[in-house]
Amino acid sequence: MNQKILIADDEQNIVISVEFLMKREGYVVSVAGDGEEALARIRADKPDLVLLDVMMPKKSGFDVCQEVRADPALAGVRILMLTAKGRDIEVTKGLALGADAYMTKPFSTKALVEKVRELLAQQ
Amino acid sequence: MTAAKKLALATLAAALAIAILLSAAALILLPAASGGTGGAHDPIAALVLVGMVAFAIAFVTLRELHAQFVRAPLQLADEARVIVGDSARRARPVGSAELRTVVAALNALAERREALERDVAAEIQRSQSALEADRNRLAALVSELRQSVVVCNLDGRIILYNQRAREELSGGLGGEPIGLGRSLYAVFERSLIAYALERVVRDLERAETASAEFVTATRDGRLLRGHLAPVASQETGGEGGAGVTGFVLLFDDITASFETEGRRDALIQTLTEGSRGPLGNIRAAAEMLATYPDMGGQERERFLAVIRSEAEGLSARVEQSAREYARELTVRWPLEAMRGADLLSVAVARVAGRTGVPVKIEEVDECVWLKVDSFSFLQVLCYLTRRLNDEYGVGEVRLALSGDADNACLDLVFQGTAMSTETVMNWELEPMHHAGEDSPLSVREVMQRCNGEVWYQRQRASYRAAFRFLLPRVPPREAQGGTIMTGERGSRPEFYDFDLFRWSERSHALDDRPLAELAFTVFDTETTGLDPSAGDEIIQIGATRIVNRRLLKQEVFDQLVDPRRSLPEASVKIHGITPEMLWGQPDIATVLPAFRAFCADTVLVAHNAAFDMRFLQLKEAATGVVFDLPVLDTLLLSAALHPNQESHRLEAIAERLGVDIIGRHTALGDAIVTGEVFLKMLPLLADKGIRTLREAREAAKKSYYARISY
Repeated sequence: MNQKILIADDEQNIVISVEFLMKREGYVVSVAGDGEEALARIRADKPDLVLLDVMMPKKSGFDVCQEVRADPALAGVRILMLTAKGRDIEVTKGLALGADAYMTKPFSTKALVEKVRELLAQQ
Repeated sequence: MTAAKKLALATLAAALAIAILLSAAALILLPAASGGTGGAHDPIAALVLVGMVAFAIAFVTLRELHAQFVRAPLQLADEARVIVGDSARRARPVGSAELRTVVAALNALAERREALERDVAAEIQRSQSALEADRNRLAALVSELRQSVVVCNLDGRIILYNQRAREELSGGLGGEPIGLGRSLYAVFERSLIAYALERVVRDLERAETASAEFVTATRDGRLLRGHLAPVASQETGGEGGAGVTGFVLLFDDITASFETEGRRDALIQTLTEGSRGPLGNIRAAAEMLATYPDMGGQERERFLAVIRSEAEGLSARVEQSAREYARELTVRWPLEAMRGADLLSVAVARVAGRTGVPVKIEEVDECVWLKVDSFSFLQVLCYLTRRLNDEYGVGEVRLALSGDADNACLDLVFQGTAMSTETVMNWELEPMHHAGEDSPLSVREVMQRCNGEVWYQRQRASYRAAFRFLLPRVPPREAQGGTIMTGERGSRPEFYDFDLFRWSERSHALDDRPLAELAFTVFDTETTGLDPSAGDEIIQIGATRIVNRRLLKQEVFDQLVDPRRSLPEASVKIHGITPEMLWGQPDIATVLPAFRAFCADTVLVAHNAAFDMRFLQLKEAATGVVFDLPVLDTLLLSAALHPNQESHRLEAIAERLGVDIIGRHTALGDAIVTGEVFLKMLPLLADKGIRTLREAREAAKKSYYARISY
C-alpha cells in the first residue's frame, strides 16, 4: 500500500512543486490550504506524514502540530515542518512542540525527498 | 646695671635703712636708760616720731615696688590677652627694665605670629582660588560636552549639570525639572538609580572599576541610555559604603537612533525572511524541471510560470528595500553648521588629495556660515572633479564662496568645453560610483539632504563654467555650537555647586536646618486685582531659586496665565500686561501643577507672601494642587530686622540693603529683587541669632504680631 502524505501550505507556488515531486516518488498526496483544513484532513485521512508549513491562515503550523500531538489517535502521524523563518529559536520551538523534523526554505528538493523517506522508514 | 649689682645695691640700701633705724632708736633710748637729764616722756615721743618717719619711707618705697612688680605684670597680662585675640596689636612697655624686655619679647612673638597668620591666609586664599579655577574649568568643560551630564550626591540632589542635560530633560511649560539642589528623582525613577548605584557599590567593594548602564523611558516617552559612575570620597568609609559620596550620570537620547535601528532591522528582516519563501518556490520549481525532463508541456509551463512570477516578486521586493534604505540614510543625515571658509580649505586639501587635480581658491566671503553634511558634500566635490578630469580633461578647478541673505553660494569653477544638459543630469542623478568615490547616493540626493540646490552654468565669453551649489546659510552665532551660557560674560557659571555634596537630608528636619543650607523658591505673582475671593485671578507667575546662598538666575519660572476673565484698566497700568499678551496662554489649572513642580522640596519666599499665598490656596480645591511648603515673607523678616523703620515696601528694603532694582512689576523681576533682598537679609538675621528656618518663622511671627498690636 502506498503511503499517504498531506501537504499543508497556503502558497500555491510551492504546493505545485512539492505535490508533483511526492506523486513522482510514488506517494498518495492530498493538499490542505490552511491550518483548519489541515487538521480536519489529518483527522479524516490519518496520513503517514504531514509536510506542514508554519505560516498559514486560520491556524499556524505550530498550532496544528500541537493539536496533533495532543491526540493519541494520531500518534502515528509524522510531521515535517517547512518554514520561511530561519531563526534557530523557531526550529527549537517546532521540535519542542512535537515535529519530527524541520526544514527551512529554500531547501533542495533532493534533501526533502531523502528526509521524507527517512521519516517514513522509521515506522 | 647688671641684675647682680642691683641685688647688691638693694641689700645695701635695706641694711643701711635698718642701721639708721637701729642707731636712731639707740640714740633716743640710751640717755633715758642711764637716767639722764631729759624727761621720761621724751624718749617715747621721739621713738614714735622715728617710727612714723620709717613707716612713711617704707610706704613710699613699697608703693613704688608695687607699681613696678605687681601692677605692671598684671597690665602686661591684659595686653597679652588682647594680643592673643588680635595679633596685630602690640603691648606698651611698662614697669621695670626687666619687664620691658619681657614686653619686647612678647611683641616679637606677636610679630612672628602675625606674619605666620598672614602666610596661612594667603596660602588658603591661593588654594581656594586654585580650587575655584579648577571647578570653573571643570564646569566649562562639562558644559561643552555633547553628552548630557548630571552629578548628584547620594540623596539624588543635583550638584552639577550641563546645558545639554537641561535641554534633554526639560519639562516644557515654564519650569525646568533640572536645577541645582533639585532631586534627580523628579526625572528618573528612584528605584532605577538606586539599583544602578547598588551595582556600582558592589563592584567597588570587589575593587573592580565600577559603572552601570541602563536604558529608561522619560515621562514624555523618549528613550534615554544612561551611564552611571560613582564619585568616591577621599576620606574612606563614608556612610554610602566604599566611600561613595555621589554619582555622575551621563546620558543621551537614543529615541531617534533606536527608531532608525528598529526600522533598519525591520528592513533587513523583511529582506531575508521575506526572500526565503519565494526563493524556496523558485528552487523547487527549477529542480522539478531539471530532475524530471520527461514531464508534459503543460506541467513544464506551470513550473516556468512559478519561476517567472516569484522572480518578479523578488525583484520588486529588493527594489523596495533599496529605496527604503536610501530614505533611511537621508533621515540619519547629520547636518553641521560650519564656517564656509573652513569648508573650503578642507575641500582644497581633500579634492586635490583624492583626485590629483589641483584646486585653487577664488573669492571667499569670510563671514558666511552654512549648514551642510560636510562629509557627503566633499564626496560630491571629489566626484564631480574626478569626472570633469576623466571625461572633459579639466586640469584645474577653483572654489569660490559668496552669500546672500538666506543662502551660501559655493562654486566649483572650471574651464573647458560646454557640457550638455543631459550629461549634467546624468552626473547629478547617478549614484556616486566613480573612480574611488563610492556612495549609494547621487549628487542630487546629497543636495536634498542638505536642503540645497545644484546646477550647472556657463559664461560663454570667458569659457568658464561652474557647478553652483546653494546651501542654507546660518547665522554665525548658531554655528558656534551647543552651549548657551545665559549668564554675563566672565560671571561664574551657575550650573554647579559642589558644596551640595555635604547636604544630607537625613540629619536634619527642615525646621532645624540653617537657612543658608536650604533651597528657596522666590516668587511673585501679578493679578487682575487685589481680592481673589471677589474673582481676581493670577495672570503671571515669576520665580527664581536660591540654593546655597546663590540666586540662580538661569533657573527661572516665568509664565503668563490666561485669567479667563477681563483685565481691569487700572491693573494694566501697574503690571503692563495687556489682554492681547494673555491670548493663547495656558490657564491656571495648567500652570499651577508646573509651578508646584518647580517649587518641589524648597521653602517659598515672597514679599508680602500672604497675598500671593491666598491666590494660590484659593485654587487648591479646583486644581488639586496644594502649596503646603514652608513660607518666609521678606516683609515680615524686614520688620523683624528693622522694627523702627517706617516702610517695609520692597523698594524701601531694597534701597536700605543696597539692592539694585531692575525690571520691577514683572513677576519675575520682582521675584529676583525679592531674592536678592532675602540674600542680603541672611547675614543680618544671623547677627540677631536667627539662623534656622524655625527661628526665622518665629521672628516673622513675632514681628507680625508686633505690627498688628499697634
